[in-house]
Amino acid sequence: MYSITAHNIGKEYKNGKAVVTALRDVSLQVKAGELFGLIGPDGAGKTSLLRILTTLLLPTKGTASVAGLDVVKEYKKIRQKIGYMPGRFSLYQDLSVQENLDFFASIFNTSIEANYHLIKDIYEQIAPFKHRKAGKLSGGMKQKLALSCALIHKPEVLFLDEPTTGVDVVSRKEFWQMLQHLKQEGLSILVATPYMDEAALCDRVALMQDGRFLQINTPEDIIHSYTQPLWSVKASSMYALLQHLRDYSGIDTVFPFGETYHITTSHTWQSPEALHQYLQQQGQEQITIQRITANIEDVFMHLMNQPHD
Amino acid sequence: MFAQFLSFVKKEFLHIWRDKRTLFILFGMPVVQITLFGFALTNEVKNAKIAILDPSKDASSLRITQRFAASQYFDIEQELQSPQQIESAFKEGKIKMALIFPTQFEYNLQHGGQASIQIIADASDPNVATTVTNYANAIIGDEQQALLGSKLPYNINTSMRMLYNPQLKGAYNFVPGVMAMILLLVSTMMTSISVVREKENGTMEILLASPLRPILIIIAKAIPYLLLSMVNIGTILLLSVFALDLPIAGSLGLLLATSMLFTITALSLGLLISTLTASQQIAMLISLVGMFLPTLMLSGFMFPIENMPIPLQVMSNIIPAKWYFIIVKSIMIKGLGIAAIWKEMLILTGMTIGLIALTARKFKIRLE
Repeated sequence: MYSITAHNIGKEYKNGKAVVTALRDVSLQVKAGELFGLIGPDGAGKTSLLRILTTLLLPTKGTASVAGLDVVKEYKKIRQKIGYMPGRFSLYQDLSVQENLDFFASIFNTSIEANYHLIKDIYEQIAPFKHRKAGKLSGGMKQKLALSCALIHKPEVLFLDEPTTGVDVVSRKEFWQMLQHLKQEGLSILVATPYMDEAALCDRVALMQDGRFLQINTPEDIIHSYTQPLWSVKASSMYALLQHLRDYSGIDTVFPFGETYHITTSHTWQSPEALHQYLQQQGQEQITIQRITANIEDVFMHLMNQPHD
Repeated sequence: MFAQFLSFVKKEFLHIWRDKRTLFILFGMPVVQITLFGFALTNEVKNAKIAILDPSKDASSLRITQRFAASQYFDIEQELQSPQQIESAFKEGKIKMALIFPTQFEYNLQHGGQASIQIIADASDPNVATTVTNYANAIIGDEQQALLGSKLPYNINTSMRMLYNPQLKGAYNFVPGVMAMILLLVSTMMTSISVVREKENGTMEILLASPLRPILIIIAKAIPYLLLSMVNIGTILLLSVFALDLPIAGSLGLLLATSMLFTITALSLGLLISTLTASQQIAMLISLVGMFLPTLMLSGFMFPIENMPIPLQVMSNIIPAKWYFIIVKSIMIKGLGIAAIWKEMLILTGMTIGLIALTARKFKIRLE
């Protein structure tokens, strides 16, 4: 039983005479009780896909279902069963935390008490501020409140659009712990995020770019699918290092990654010692070259550079 | 479903209540407008300066001159000696009107039974000119009434009657006008803005993805503004009765009921605007320019519809305020009952049903 299916979904927007294609034939299946991540940069089409699945947009082509219901024909029934948290903070800023919760509970014909166990963890954190206006909360608190509001009616499927964008590291971590907890309650969750490191926290992820799925798999398998040797390089002058690495014939690609560069090798690659020697000749000092295993971002960068069909 | 609805209405009231500045404007506006129109922006003319040319200087002409001198509306500025002086008196800009008697005024009146007086008005301001000539006609009419008391059927040529508003009090006209304007402003503009604000803030996205039925959203948005408008009508009526001495001639209940009808028309107009626009500015612009101005111009409040070119007269029929203006004038000033205004009420009802049907059809159940 799948809680979300999408089959060859395409979406085009008309912008005057120009047609912008947001989604190109994407298909996916999310199992019941799965935490599924849509990972991709801004403009990849994540929000469009979420809006189609939440019945807020009509697909230009293809079919999709949520909780076994067709997103176009049975949109009214779907709206009873889903929880949706849009990318932008979309609660009433002039209402207090408590008033927002009460309001969203009542439009779903339920009460805070009825499904308190679902929101308990989150609600306890925001309870001290329950008389504060929602607009005056910190970014992390806003997201927790928005999540509470999306959960208050015990949805079967939860859609989250970039829930951790603009949220500090600690709150992000807490937020993902909550999602894990909700998953244990049996909810199916589809979360869109631009942060690659959050992919590892999902059961399965779809890497998205330019309206396409590059790959759908578990985070582990995605990493394992990456077979090329990967090295991390660091040196005293990082800015000059980028140019030196690009000029070196044994290197295929160079990507900045935090305080290091990740490089992949080409067929003329000899050894890390050879590179070390080359960099010394270029005047670099404190050179470190390490063999590393790939992470999701490396895979994403690699897939991004593959030609599309 | 009723609990859903109630909590939505409660939320709307909270929005309005928390926005103190808007709230102040909403309740302050009718007071300010009534006061302004009532005391400052009046088109009543008092102490208009006039000149009199009276070559006959007989008992009858002097009696009329006396009446003009006694009137609070006129001050006799100049006694002219010759017809040549008339134009120069106007050109100096001192006088608004000249009253010209023929030679042998009394002789004509008593022997021919008929005499004429010429009234010349400075029509560079047509409103003032109309007003002062009306006053003048009324005064001459009074004199004629007095003459009728005597034995002979004397006749001074003026024919003018001021029904319902013999003193031509400005308040009679502008109170219904202000009522129409305030209701339109509060109902149309505020509702359209409040719906569009949900779109702008992204909350509409959540509401749409919820089981809340669109029709509930629409009605719940309208209810608070309906109540606010009723408060405003109360304020306006209290002010006009107690501050402006304008009595309500007809039934108060009927007046309130028809006002409610017009409020609902205005609300449905606002809701329709909100379904067609995506930003608060545009909603405000359409409400103001698209609704408020035509209401001001074409409802008969500022300018009489009968004097307009035919195309504008035809156009004025689609302005809801025109019909409401007629209704309020009929009830409040003429004291007429439902028999006189059922047609206008029917038109407003029809408009409302049409607008609501259109709104329900245009309301987007999705984001695009």
